[in-house]
Order: sequence, then C-alpha cells, then structure tokens
Amino acid sequence: MGNNINIALAGNPNSGKTTLFNALTGSRQYVGNWPGVTVEKKEGKTRYNDEEIVVVDLPGTYSLSPYSLEEVIARNYIVEESPNVVVNVVDATNIERNLYLSIQLIELGTPVVIALNMMDMVEKMGINIEVKKLSKMLGVPVVPIVASKKKGIEELLDVVVRLSKGEIEYNPCVVDYGKDLEEKISETIESLKLNPLAKKYNLRWLAIKVIEGDEKVLKTLNIDDEEESFEDDEISLLDDYESIIADKKYQFITEIVSKAVNKPKDEKLTTSDKIDKVLTNKWLGIPIFAGLMYIVFFMTFNIGNIFLDIIDAFFSETVSGWASNALEAVGAAEWLKSLIVDGIIGGVGGVLTFLPNIIILFIFISILEDSGYMARVAFIMDRAMRKIGLNGKAFIPMLMGFGCNVPAIMGTRTLDNEKERIAAILINPFMSCGARLPVYILFASVFFAGHEDTVVFSLYVLGILVAIIVGLIFKKTLFKGEGAPFVMELPPYRIPTLKGIFIHVWERVKGYLVKAGTIIFAASIILWFLLGYNFSGPADITESIGASIGKAIAPIFTPLGFGNWRAALSLVSGLLAKEVVISNMAIIYGLGETVAEAALEGDITGFASTLSNTFNQLTAYAFMVFVLLYTPCVATIGVIKRETNSWKWTLFSIAYQFVVAWVMSMLVFQVGSLLGLGL
Amino acid sequence: MRRSLKDLKPGQSGKIVGIKGKGAIKRRLMDMGVTGGTIVLVEGIAPLGDPIEVKIKNYKLTLRKSEAENIIVE
Repeated sequence: MGNNINIALAGNPNSGKTTLFNALTGSRQYVGNWPGVTVEKKEGKTRYNDEEIVVVDLPGTYSLSPYSLEEVIARNYIVEESPNVVVNVVDATNIERNLYLSIQLIELGTPVVIALNMMDMVEKMGINIEVKKLSKMLGVPVVPIVASKKKGIEELLDVVVRLSKGEIEYNPCVVDYGKDLEEKISETIESLKLNPLAKKYNLRWLAIKVIEGDEKVLKTLNIDDEEESFEDDEISLLDDYESIIADKKYQFITEIVSKAVNKPKDEKLTTSDKIDKVLTNKWLGIPIFAGLMYIVFFMTFNIGNIFLDIIDAFFSETVSGWASNALEAVGAAEWLKSLIVDGIIGGVGGVLTFLPNIIILFIFISILEDSGYMARVAFIMDRAMRKIGLNGKAFIPMLMGFGCNVPAIMGTRTLDNEKERIAAILINPFMSCGARLPVYILFASVFFAGHEDTVVFSLYVLGILVAIIVGLIFKKTLFKGEGAPFVMELPPYRIPTLKGIFIHVWERVKGYLVKAGTIIFAASIILWFLLGYNFSGPADITESIGASIGKAIAPIFTPLGFGNWRAALSLVSGLLAKEVVISNMAIIYGLGETVAEAALEGDITGFASTLSNTFNQLTAYAFMVFVLLYTPCVATIGVIKRETNSWKWTLFSIAYQFVVAWVMSMLVFQVGSLLGLGL
Repeated sequence: MRRSLKDLKPGQSGKIVGIKGKGAIKRRLMDMGVTGGTIVLVEGIAPLGDPIEVKIKNYKLTLRKSEAENIIVE
C-alpha cells in the first residue's frame, strides 16, 4: 500500500471539481465527513499504468484563508497530510479569479498540477488560452481538460504520476510582494528558522501567513498577534499587509492572464446573461421562482403518490404475504411471524413508501443546483430569510420541509456557515411534513366538517410562524453574533448532465435507505415489542408495556386537554413516523386496520364516533397543534444526528420541540377554554 | 468622486479604491476578487431590494448592501 500515489483535488466551487472527481474515480468512492465537522469528505481510487492513485476531494473553496471551515480543512489537509500532488481544478472561463487559489496552493509548497477545465466552453466563447505560456509563467504543469466529457483525463493522470515520481521538473513561480514586504518576509523566515514548531512547513508560506496575521498559523507557531491596530473607517486600509498581499497576488495573476489569455474584444451578452436578466428580474423574479417551486411540489407529491400506493401495496400485501407464507412453511413461531410481518416489514416498508417522493424531490433539487438556479434562489430570498438570522440559501430546505424533513435537513448542506446551518436544521421540523397531513385531515374532517381547508391551512401557517419566532429567538440567544457574510458567486447557467444528477440523487437516497435499514429497523422492532408485550409475556395492546407508558405519561397532556393514555400512546408511537399516529390510534382504540384504512381513504365514520368520545373541537385542535410541533420522527432525529454530527444538538432538538409543542398546545387549550370554546 | 459600491445604480461601474473594515468579511471580499484597482459593474438588485449583483473580474458576484457599503469605488 505504501506505493499509492495520494492526490488531493482542490478548486473553486463550480469549477467542475466534483465532475472531475467522478470522472476519475467512478463508483469507487467513499463519502463521509471530515473528522469532527459536518463538511463532507469524499475519497476515491483510480488506476493509471499500474499505479494505484488515491484521490481526496477537498472542499470547494475560493481561497485558503483561516476564516472558513472548508478553507481550513483544505489547507490543513495539504499541509499536514502532504499529498504527493495537489490537482487544482481551474475553470478556464473564469480563469482570473480561479488562479487566486492556484497561487495560494503553489505557495504552500506541495507540487501542484493545474487541470484547466471547461476548455470547450472557452473555445465557444472565442477565448484563446496559451496553455504552454501559462504553464511556463506559473512554473507548474497545466493540463487542459473537459471533465464533463472526460477529455484530457489520461493526460492529467500521466502528468500527476510523473510529477509525483520527480520525472517532471518543478519550478513553481514566486509572487514578488515588493521590496518592503519581501524584506519583511526574509526577516520572518530567519526568525522562523529558530522556531522548532515551524520545521515541517514551507517557510516562505509560513512567513507570509505570519505577516498576514493568520490566527490559525500564529497559534500553531505559538506566536502572539502583535500588530492589527487599524481603525475601521480608514480608507487607506488597502495598506494593511493582508490587503497588500492579496492585491499583489491579483496583480501577478492579471499580468499572467494578460499575456496568456486572448479574449475577443467585443463582449457579447452570453445566453447565461440573458437567462439571468429574466430570472432575477425585479418584477418577474419572484413569480417565476414561486412558479418553479409550485412545479417541484406538484411533481414531488402528485407523481410521487402514484408510486406511493404501488409501493405501499407491494409491502403490505406482496412482501408481507410472501413473508407470512414463507415463515409458516418453515414453521416459525407466531411471535416471530408477527415481529417480521407487522413490526419490521410494516415499519421499514412504511418509510420506504416515501422513497419515490424523495427521489423526485432530489432530482429537482439537483437540477436546480447543477443549473445554477439555486444560487439565484438565495439571491432572491436572502432579504426575507435574513430577518430570522439565516441567509437566502436556507430557503429551499425550509420549503422542502413541507414534503419531508429528512431530505430537507440533508438539503441544509448547501449552507456553508456552521451556525446558520444548525439553526436551519433545528427549525426545519416546524415545516409541517407530508406525513402529518393525514392526522390533520382525519381530525379536521371529524371535528371541523366543512372547514377542513381552513383548519389544515392554519396549521401550516402556525408551523411557519413558530419557525420564524424560534428562528428569531435563536438568533438572539444561541447563535448570537455576526452572521456569515453573504458574498456569493452567481455561477453561469449550465445544462445539468444526467450523470451528475444521477450521482447527486443516488448519494442522497443512499443515506435515506441506510437509515431505513438501521434506525427505523431497530425502532420498528422496539415499538412492535412495546405494543404487543408486557412483563409477563405477549399481551393485548391495552395491557401492553406501551399502554403502561401511555398511562404513565398521560398526565403530561392533561393541561393540553387530551390527558388520556390512548392519545398519549398514539403520540409516542408517532415518533416512529408521524403518519402512524392514525394507524396506531385505530389499533389503540381497538378499531382495527380496516377503520384506519378507510379513514385514510376518506371514510371516517368508524373513527368519528370513537374520537368524539374523547375529543371535542378544542382538544382536537390542541392535539393537531401538538402533532404539528412535537419532536420529529426517528428518521428526522437520525438525520439531525448525522448532519449536526452532535448528540448535544440532537437531544436539544428533541427536547426543545417537545417543549414548544407542549406550550403552544397548552395555550390553545387553556385560552380556548377561558373563551368558552370547544364545550 | 469617491463613494461606496452601495450607491452605484444598476448599469454603473466604478474602480475599487479600498475596503473598509477588517477581519472575515473583508478577507472574504478580497478572496472573491474585490481588490484595489479592479473594475466593478452593478448588474442588478434582487427583487426584494437587497442583495445586489455585480460583475467583477469577468464573473458575477452577489453581496448585501451592508457589505457593499464598505467597498469604496471611484
């Protein structure tokens, strides 16, 4: 294994880095998180001429500054893990800004190969890049590629392998920072030579970082931050070292670009520009956005629901039937049959039922992301989202929450600020997901006949209001302080590739499937046991441990108006998946499957009489409010754990939502009672 | 005449003189190519009035008015 060549892929977001990674590694990839943080880490393998090449995909970054998590991860990986070669993906259509990262990578000292991507686009735009000249001036190999068409990949690997073996001369360019700064750099290098902590690093890079006042580097070297005393209002601030260094880098790049890149004189409006003029238009921007969102929703739920019934039938009839027969044939015990058929197939199947919706939703999200529209959504919605301490990018996950909170929370990955991301995750479950709808429909039809729409709509609005209020509270308490700057690239529109979409969708769906196979699998078994057993063995549901739990916790719900064990137990079981509240109520109230099925299909007569005995209009509404707001289902809890990478936040999320739900529901019942409602 | 990027109207452009402030936001702006001497063109404003869209170094960038306020152009 020692002879593996380790390469790291670095590059700006939207430079085609992921496309190159996929082109290099194909299906041989492993996706995880960087240790201790929620930033995704992708690793893969490829072979070239009998050489095994391990490729690590670094987070897409514009720079290697110490301020963002991704940038620190990328630079630490290069500095600490010393890959043999850093492959820097550069978007040739946007070469000037992309080279800024290249210069920083070169400065780090690890051998760099530049993969000059999107050469086809460049040609189309009539731009001519003299690759050899560029390579000569940068002092590093430059390989033109078209990652999306897998062009130039072989050549790239060839250069990487030869460079890692020292078969290519490597004389990287050195940016001249001007006489004053260069003197300071030399001095700093001299003093760094005496610092044992500096030994393993490239001294020039380190010296530049020390002069810039880079906190992370100063800390590593145990140096106190001495300078930094500029006043905020001084315009002459361009003169601080950090600015001079950035300016010099850009001047160096401008020089190179002016020599190696020949642009056509007249800059025409590109197709992308024209599209943008319409999509972000002052008057059309919002209607178009609303229309697109409506289409996404319509497709996700309507097309998805066509499959929903098929999958549901597949699990509840075909698979269950097959399993029952098979288990009977081998003479399995009755309890085992019940465990497998009712517990596992019922539970896991119930969750897989939503798979089509999730796949469709993710296909659309991927299209929106890959086409470049997602950045425009953030642009259009930023002002509204900022009010609750989030930025525009958090809008989409919120909207997705109306479908299912699981993919929605996964969707917060697009937020690059950790604080904002956790805030977005924590308030997401207040967006009423599709699974809660059957509960509202049932209760609204029984208790608010004729006004179902208004009642259900009011719940959705309440969820949004609570999310906004909680968001505001978080902004003032838990996530205080400066929000992340909203400085974001608006990438040119591109036509998404089928392969790219497929990979995106698959990565996300895989996570969902894993969850169905683990957490939900386990939870289904536990719930089955709780509802079917007590301490002396198999028992009727009314005598089960579950019933005991229901009785024990029922008093908690007394101030909310539904302090009976059946309602309490339904809510507990709803933790498994919100939609099972109804089917479990049917079981718990002893009504049997058929009544529940009928209720879901709109025939509520069976339910109506029974529910009317324990609920009235007011308590029914309080109950719906509770279902809307309380602790999310296990699948959501699981995804919160995975995405926050923290038990602390997960437990917090479980607890605070319960409290919010309890308080809101209590207010509905108590205030309503005072007003004499619901009697 | 010196003024902030925030005061430019869509279609107007200016040459960057400097960035006020310090720390993460300033660094982020510089990393995105907002450096002295660069020409910046205001392309448009979001439908809700903020943020703004600018063209710089041949690509498009969006930033809030509160950030644009710190960018001095002439």
